[in-house]
Amino acid sequence: MSTESVGRWYADGDYVVRQGDKGSCMYVVQKGELEVIEEDEGRTVWLGTLLPGAIFGEMALFEHSPRSASVRAIGGAQVLTVDKRTLLRRIKEDPLVATHLMEILCSRIRDLDSRISELESRTGAAAMAPSQPAKTI
Amino acid sequence: MGRLFAGSHSLARKLSDGARLAGPEMELRDGDRIAVIGGGPAGSFFSYFLLRLADNLDLKLNVELYEPRRFEQAGPGGCNHCGGIISESLVQLLAMDGINVPPAVTQRAIDGYVLHTDVGQVRIETPLHEKRIAAVYRGGGPKRAPSQWQSFDKFLLDLACAKGARVRHQLVSDIEWTNGRPWLAVPGGPRERYDLVIVGAGVNSRLLERFEALGMGFSRPLTTTAFITEFNLGREAIERTFGSAMHVFLLDMPRLEFAALIPKDESLTLALLGEDIDQDLVEAFLNAPEVERMFPLDTGVPGQACHCFPRINIDGAPQPFAERMLFIGDAGVTRLYKDGIGAAYRTAKAAATAALLGGVSAEDLRRHFWPACRAIRNDNAIGKVVFFVSGLIQHARFSRRAMIEMTASEQASPRPYRPMSGVLWDIFTGSAPYREIFLRTLDPRFIGRLAWNLALSVVPLNRKPG
Repeated sequence: MSTESVGRWYADGDYVVRQGDKGSCMYVVQKGELEVIEEDEGRTVWLGTLLPGAIFGEMALFEHSPRSASVRAIGGAQVLTVDKRTLLRRIKEDPLVATHLMEILCSRIRDLDSRISELESRTGAAAMAPSQPAKTI
Repeated sequence: MGRLFAGSHSLARKLSDGARLAGPEMELRDGDRIAVIGGGPAGSFFSYFLLRLADNLDLKLNVELYEPRRFEQAGPGGCNHCGGIISESLVQLLAMDGINVPPAVTQRAIDGYVLHTDVGQVRIETPLHEKRIAAVYRGGGPKRAPSQWQSFDKFLLDLACAKGARVRHQLVSDIEWTNGRPWLAVPGGPRERYDLVIVGAGVNSRLLERFEALGMGFSRPLTTTAFITEFNLGREAIERTFGSAMHVFLLDMPRLEFAALIPKDESLTLALLGEDIDQDLVEAFLNAPEVERMFPLDTGVPGQACHCFPRINIDGAPQPFAERMLFIGDAGVTRLYKDGIGAAYRTAKAAATAALLGGVSAEDLRRHFWPACRAIRNDNAIGKVVFFVSGLIQHARFSRRAMIEMTASEQASPRPYRPMSGVLWDIFTGSAPYREIFLRTLDPRFIGRLAWNLALSVVPLNRKPG
């Protein structure tokens, strides 16, 4: 049996998106694993991993700011691109698609909240700024 | 997953429908029984999205999905009579919905189309050079095919079951309307009362006649005959000759609108669409030199592992709903010739949303479900114009040559503006609405380039076809 998947294959270390690039599409991981990293003045900060089913790059569909982090394959990954036109066309006739995106964004905020709480409890900082923006890719 | 409307069921409804006509008795409530007839994509998508949305609303519904087949058995008994293409747009939308077609279902991921005519051939690459179309089996595949594959329909059926739908492997034989509710019967079983009946049975089902006979406004869609066959060629031959591209034929044959060879893992599917496809037309197509040279065997076109002449919907049901009844997928309204599974997804999701948030009276469904169907029907009317024009091009040698030349030069050019490639890609794949395709053909740059290529094809300048 073959192991065909839709999407494009990215070899180990290949970048799917690069920090600072202008984006006009989002992505869905089909196979393999990717890592999210932020590169700041020569320093690389690891932000997390993405597994099959994970969606990333969605903020680029709604705002025009550049990608704020990079995503690259670890050991090879298959990634499907969702283009803006297809998504917006569908949202127009099916608001449930937008609802699903809101659920994803809500889960991002919840994840960020728990990270902030975790950081607060580790550092003992009582009044850490809650206005830290979510990491948009 | 977060419950977006948790604890605010009635509020969500008020938000969704500020001007309800029906009373609360026409809303779906806790414990209501819903029958879904047909476990193909339309029925499974409906069950999945209804239960997902009901979960968000903290509503407990009993969804019973009637499907006699299990979509595992090889041959006609386990099949759903379809070419088995998941379109580019549907692949993306499913992924957005958290439904990723798994590798065990995707027999071949497609990254291009090769257009064949008598004056040459040209390959059209997928936008972004990515494999964005999935070739699948709708059932257990042709006889003697390897059995390790999971069918697309089984995958969706399992998805609906995981959400809480209960599959009843029974054939619904009759429908009655008594005391304001639909009642269903299975052979040898008692009649059972439901609060809502969804019909996703497909146009080949005889049950649609029974629904029509109820006299509640539903009438069957207009259909024509298509042809689908499978060839067992083996993985190596498929890989070598067809690769990861679909092969589309534009031949000057009366009644033939569209013909495609779709590579799967070890077999090849041929789908012929047009006006009442019959055996004579099938033979004429298979004997065409453009088709014969595609087959890797010295003996020409091999024997067919299985074949069928299914009916396909070419003009949707004028009223795909009635009191407490909805008709989705092919039983209601679908896209003309293309992306039938995508249309099943759209109408099933629209039906789930309308029934849950809008109500189940005929008037509720007219207000909340019909607009989605009407949009597809209106787009099909434009699609008929698109196919008429493409038919004119298909039937004249000089225009076929112009189309091939224009597409080949676009594909060879690094420029991103590729109007003919884009139009053909969207016609073949069904990825864009016909209205959008039609509007693109009105672009003066498109018309100018086409006119130039038509002029060149009338007076050839020693150019070779692509």
